[in-house]
Amino acid sequence: MAPISRGFRGRRRAEADPARIPPGQYVTHDFPVLSAGPTPHTALEAWSFTIRGAVDQPASWTWASLTALPSEKVTVDIHCVTKWSKLDTVWTGVSLDTLLEGVETSAEYATAFSDGGYTTNLPLEDLTGGKAWIAYAYDEEPLESEHGGPARLLVPHLYFWKSAKWVRGLELREEDEPGFWESYGYHNYGDPWKEQRYWGD
Amino acid sequence: MDALDGNAIAGLLFDVFGAEMTTATSACASCGAAGRLAELQVYLRAPGTVACCRTCGSIQMVLVTIRGITCVDLRGVDVLEPAAS
Amino acid sequence: MERAAVLGRLNWQLATVVELVDETMRTKSIVLDPPEWAGHRAGQHVDVRLTAEDGYQAQRSYSIASAPQDGRLVLTVELLDDGEVSPYLVDELRAGDQLELRGPIGGYFVWEESLGGPLLLLGGGSGIVPLRSMLRHHNAIGSNVPARLLYSSRALDDVIYRDELARLAASDEVDIRFTLTRESPEGWGGYRRRIDRELLEEVAWPPSDRPLVYICGPTGFVETAASGLVALGHEPGRIRTERFGPTGG
Repeated sequence: MAPISRGFRGRRRAEADPARIPPGQYVTHDFPVLSAGPTPHTALEAWSFTIRGAVDQPASWTWASLTALPSEKVTVDIHCVTKWSKLDTVWTGVSLDTLLEGVETSAEYATAFSDGGYTTNLPLEDLTGGKAWIAYAYDEEPLESEHGGPARLLVPHLYFWKSAKWVRGLELREEDEPGFWESYGYHNYGDPWKEQRYWGD
Repeated sequence: MDALDGNAIAGLLFDVFGAEMTTATSACASCGAAGRLAELQVYLRAPGTVACCRTCGSIQMVLVTIRGITCVDLRGVDVLEPAAS
Repeated sequence: MERAAVLGRLNWQLATVVELVDETMRTKSIVLDPPEWAGHRAGQHVDVRLTAEDGYQAQRSYSIASAPQDGRLVLTVELLDDGEVSPYLVDELRAGDQLELRGPIGGYFVWEESLGGPLLLLGGGSGIVPLRSMLRHHNAIGSNVPARLLYSSRALDDVIYRDELARLAASDEVDIRFTLTRESPEGWGGYRRRIDRELLEEVAWPPSDRPLVYICGPTGFVETAASGLVALGHEPGRIRTERFGPTGG
């Protein structure tokens, strides 16, 4: 191992119940901004969220119609593959169960796609059963663009690169297709409790 | 978050290419603009590093370090020429 | 040593911290003694890597503040409030500690006499660090290349290397101008605003003189300065830029 730097501790660590911290993670109060490209800016009047692909009929919502849907306020822990975890984060958004209701499909996989071209893939069952939201508020304030606003996918049970910022829709697919980071060697599924950071983990 | 430039990945590029690369020139596969790697728009702090063309914004390079090994995908680079020494 | 000379490897080495020097309230210079240092070119940087007892690591790049002729390796670090590495380097590090680093790194944002001039340096905040290395180098080699620095800081207390730059300014060889953007003392003789096209036009040589330009600082500063010079007619190919960002913390 590299030599220890006397007295170095890294980012302010928060104390937490170890049972809430997946292996290899550190807990912080900060909310670091991780970005792989310029912040997109889509005007709300031009914004839409679409579920398309292996479906009988694509379904689409404007900003007005999405935010008119029943929403939930959830408190969840989030885990970044860069080893930082943030506990008890509060989000407001529409459950994917609500959005997928009425969408007929035999697809087992989904690729979330975002402004700027980012994609990430997940099994469809990881988006249902109360496990995922399209979130548009953080800490009860409109989601800031640097954190993925106006709306991002929120899938807290997986590493946070799966919670696509600036999300614009889901492509439902019969076959799985690795998204952006997955195709560069990050784990296809990404369960933080099994420490699935990279392919082969 | 403002982008940095290729100077910020000089060390990473050295890891991959075994040589100083910020003075090398790349031509963008998308728009054709040519420039030094030092002048690319670089986004750090992600699961990996992305370097975009300053002229058109398309991705020229993606660098990922996994299990201690750094790989580069020159997906958006048409030509890569080291600087004449 | 052969290990350091192996082509294609930038090796990490453990440098001893010799001395720490307060530059301003928020910046500190770190004088280092690396065991295998083959010298550097003005404008290059090093990567610094810190490792906590539990194995957690953080890595940042810092421009070298010393000239190749200075005989010692100096970094100048600015404390960033939400930084992870800079608070350690500025507030915790002590003489006698060891710092893991590798370098020198970089080949684009470097100046040496063979590149010519006239030399125009534009620095914003901690962007002054690599420019100071260039000026010290320029001075050490007795260069006749005309050199000019425009240094933008928030307030007088934020001006790094103030005394040294004042001494250089008093000499004939370098023309140094300051601009303070947030507050300035009474009787201040320098500029009092963020750089803009008018300021650049006053300070820069005319485009027909084809100055070699180095711009370093926060991204916003660099982009304003670079686009301002291009708008004035300066050749983009003779403008070299280095952007610092929050990741430098």
